[in-house]
Amino acid sequence: MPMNQEWKPKIVAFCCNWCSYAGADLAGSSRLSYPADVKIIRIPCSCRLNPLFILRAFQRGADGVILCGCHPGDCHYSTGNYYARRRMTALFGMLSYLGIDSRRTRVEWVSAAEGAKFAETMNDFAKTIYALGENVKLEDLRCKEN
Amino acid sequence: MQRELMERIRALMDKGVADQVLAWKRGEFFYDTEPAILTKDELGEMVYDSFCGPNLSKYLIKEMPKIENKILALIKPCDSYSLNQLITEHRIDRDKVYVIGVGCKGKIDVDKIRAKGVSGITGVDENGDKITVHTLYGDTTLDRKDVLLGKCLFCKGKEHRIADETVGESEDTSEGSDRFEMVKKLEQMTPDERFSFWRKELSKCIRCNACRNVCPACSCVKCVFDNPNTGVQNKAAANEFEENLFHIIRAYHVAGRCTDCGECSRVCPQGIPLHLLNRKFISDINELYGTYQAGECAGQRHPLIDYTQEDSEPSIVHERGNNG
Repeated sequence: MPMNQEWKPKIVAFCCNWCSYAGADLAGSSRLSYPADVKIIRIPCSCRLNPLFILRAFQRGADGVILCGCHPGDCHYSTGNYYARRRMTALFGMLSYLGIDSRRTRVEWVSAAEGAKFAETMNDFAKTIYALGENVKLEDLRCKEN
Repeated sequence: MQRELMERIRALMDKGVADQVLAWKRGEFFYDTEPAILTKDELGEMVYDSFCGPNLSKYLIKEMPKIENKILALIKPCDSYSLNQLITEHRIDRDKVYVIGVGCKGKIDVDKIRAKGVSGITGVDENGDKITVHTLYGDTTLDRKDVLLGKCLFCKGKEHRIADETVGESEDTSEGSDRFEMVKKLEQMTPDERFSFWRKELSKCIRCNACRNVCPACSCVKCVFDNPNTGVQNKAAANEFEENLFHIIRAYHVAGRCTDCGECSRVCPQGIPLHLLNRKFISDINELYGTYQAGECAGQRHPLIDYTQEDSEPSIVHERGNNG
């Protein structure tokens, strides 16, 4: 990175189509601001999130990854987020075991009506990542485009 | 024991129970044993001794479509967990296998004998707790428990979880060891210490894929790591820690199904303690979703394909502390 450029974190937010993506929409239409460092990727359901996606994000230089989905019990597909919850707990435990700071990974339940919560969550997560600084522990230059 | 076992197999084959047996045969050296499918005529090649460490259960998968009658399978107590797990996953048809539970008193690791400075090994004699190693330079006597395979130090007991009959006596070689001891030790380190530990270990990886190929739980027909579109093929590693993704995913894909048979660490030519990754998942699952042992009996539903409404949130990983 050139010296004159200020470091900006890369934050990837995986949002479920039915709740959190709509929540992000609501945050936008309510004119609530959240950091532009957050890149939203829409997924059909929080349990669509293959753990490889998270690892690949880190390989390509993400500094933090957050998964947002419907509140437990409110999943559009009834039970998807329950499975996602167990899977992410296992994966985050493993990442922490390997020495990746556990504050870089997060799961937050955001419904379609919670635009304010979405903005608040993203502001808070971005603040945490800014404080933690750059994450180079899992970077893989082979996966980067340049 | 070997003769007794061979006679029993011959008798079963004579009775027409099966016409093949999945067993071990001698490899290049006397301490090399390799899995082999033997017919009645080839039965003389079979060996069963203290070097028969390999877990045979996975080799049944490939035989399944070929078997018309039944196949005999020699299964040690710890391997019976893997066999159960494969039956649960419908990879092995229970009706096509006649399981002979073979007794096991712990298997010997020839590398541990070598690590004691013994070279030119030509043979091993066992005598209760002691073994006598014959070498080109004379005999050496060692304690048997000092040269057991790493996985035998965390023996899962002498009971076969699945068997049509058993031959020979078994012994529990664990001596009350705590298999999560090292996991706990790592968890108590700081994140940077943990990272440098794993970086040091995983940097040794040469991606020979032995851990994947030997793992009884890793039995996908098409492996995600054989995907030619991952974009990392034919690219030289830019730093030495780049196989971390492989190891995280390898362990993750068997989470909940791993029976902790320890084969991954046994076959690793670089001596990476891969079982510690699997054990982390096992210890987390035990802690959060109740004690679970994969392969204890056929037909179990493992915790990662299950849920309850009261499950803890993923933030527990952070709340548990020691995350820097």
